[in-house]
Amino acid sequence: MGSINPRMYLIDALYSKNVKKVNTRDGYGKGLVKAGEKNPDVVVICADLTESTRSLWFQEKFPDRFVEVGVAEQNMASLAAGMAATGKVVFISSYAAFSPGRNNEQIRTTISYNSWKSKPGKEINVKIGGAHAGISVGPDGATHQQLEDVALMRMQPGMTVLVPCDDVECEKATVAAAEYPGPVYIRFGRTSYPSYTTIKTPFQIGRIEEFRSGKDCTIIANGPLLYEALIAAKKLEKEIDCQVLNCHTVKPLDCGTLLKAVQKTGCVVTAEEHQWLGGLGGAIAEFISEVYPVPIKRIGVQDRFGESGNPDELFKEFHLTADDIVKAVREAVRMKQWQKRK
Amino acid sequence: MTIIKPFPRVTNIKRLKLIANMIRQDIIQALVAAGSGHSAGPLGMADVFTALYFNVLVHNPQNPFWEGRDRLILSNGHICPVLYAALANTGYFPRAELKTLRHLGTRLQGHPHRTALPGLETTSGPLGSGLSQAAGAAYALRMDKKKNRVYCLMSDGEQEAGQTWEAAMFVGKNKLSNLTAFIDRNNIQIDGTTEEIMPLEPLADKYRAFNWHVLEIDANNVKAVIDACNEARAITERPTLIIAHNTPGKGVSFMENNYEWHGKPPTAEQAKIALRELQVWRSQIMSGRD
Repeated sequence: MGSINPRMYLIDALYSKNVKKVNTRDGYGKGLVKAGEKNPDVVVICADLTESTRSLWFQEKFPDRFVEVGVAEQNMASLAAGMAATGKVVFISSYAAFSPGRNNEQIRTTISYNSWKSKPGKEINVKIGGAHAGISVGPDGATHQQLEDVALMRMQPGMTVLVPCDDVECEKATVAAAEYPGPVYIRFGRTSYPSYTTIKTPFQIGRIEEFRSGKDCTIIANGPLLYEALIAAKKLEKEIDCQVLNCHTVKPLDCGTLLKAVQKTGCVVTAEEHQWLGGLGGAIAEFISEVYPVPIKRIGVQDRFGESGNPDELFKEFHLTADDIVKAVREAVRMKQWQKRK
Repeated sequence: MTIIKPFPRVTNIKRLKLIANMIRQDIIQALVAAGSGHSAGPLGMADVFTALYFNVLVHNPQNPFWEGRDRLILSNGHICPVLYAALANTGYFPRAELKTLRHLGTRLQGHPHRTALPGLETTSGPLGSGLSQAAGAAYALRMDKKKNRVYCLMSDGEQEAGQTWEAAMFVGKNKLSNLTAFIDRNNIQIDGTTEEIMPLEPLADKYRAFNWHVLEIDANNVKAVIDACNEARAITERPTLIIAHNTPGKGVSFMENNYEWHGKPPTAEQAKIALRELQVWRSQIMSGRD
């Protein structure tokens, strides 16, 4: 029987109702300050959302290295590219709906392609902080509920895509992004989520971490859905032994770990707060269907726009809860058994 | 530590005119070998590129990443044949390579790609993003208290793009006087003349309202280009925009002022005529009768 991986150093009270909830974006804000302390070339640009993206904390600490561009996300992306070409490491902060939602072409041409095949040390080091991503923005409604950003960014050659699961991991991802060569997209939501990883929890860009071991089914999740996946695994404990993988790096995908996992369990459920097309689920489905085909179920927003509501209501409405993952796991396992019988 | 010396400035106007003529011939030859590409824009801007690469810019073709260099950001990437010809003629890469323009495996991509060829400061093509990148470079250099200047070349058509004005506002707000921008004002774009497609005038007043210093010059006159850049350098409280009025297709009679030549290359036969005309012009420059 599998269990929570002790080498992940998750909090002891993981399944307690009183687990502390923190805004993931706080991790981004703290990470920016840390990156700024480590490297004097780190610059932060923001498009009129300084407080809510937590870029404010960097601005207060390093006012000379903070740039305000106003409501101009396209300018922000290319401006960052120009700074990066002169040696700066530039974070651009906005809501994911606008960056990379609105400035996708500028990111493609002036950041990703501009950085493509750079000599080492000459990359375009622009790091895109996409805040308020997913339906959990809640009452603001569909215009602000960015659900296509991971797909958009994942399609760009040379782009690294990170979806941290809580504030602590978001801080690590931000600091790591500053040191990682080339363009990076970091995606996080608005609302507060359980904060359950710790300083000791390993984090490395491009690595999948096994948060829970299990032999019957692999649940691969990131962002807020990773916690839901852990709850689902707990609920299923006596029935199906679930392995839970933290896939914070959607690109580049940790194919080695993935392959080992699916070879062991023989079926997969993916879970993300994103369209079920083109994001984490898409990436995993592409990989396993080509390399080691096993039954797969994807939890995600099913090809529809979001709507106003409270985050909790919306997670239920859009079938992004632990219970939905439980159902998907049962189905994936059933498909596996049915295939075996055949 | 080796001391890097900048490319020696050419100050003799007759020599600069001859270089511009050579760059025009190189453009024609590259385009005919490519079989596709833009003719009118590169020919019209040959004098500006000559003035910049042979007189104005601080740069070193043997050390393209030299920290002490000025940056030239080409926003309207489609006129890259003139940039490539200028780079080849200053020694960034062999002139013979110009004939590989747009061919598979070339370093001379149809629209310039920063990491493909030494001397390129950015990747461009989709219009409207160059001024933002130039602003970023100018802002970063100023943060580091560096004296290097940034030059940005834009087309007139891309003044229709919203991002250009986002950047113009940013540059004006931040008084980036280390930035000099050019508008390649040749009045043509793919579908017709700019004033038919989307009237841009009064262009100078628009930039002045954004807190820019604005100059209007005859950009087919190398001396006027150099003088304007010198004036821009002397202005320390605001950025300078040089509206570079030029004749598209300059130097080839049947291309001049004809928007149909915006986006196509000459045929082998047309190239022959074009080169003959440019050689006649060359001998006129030599004898001082141009």
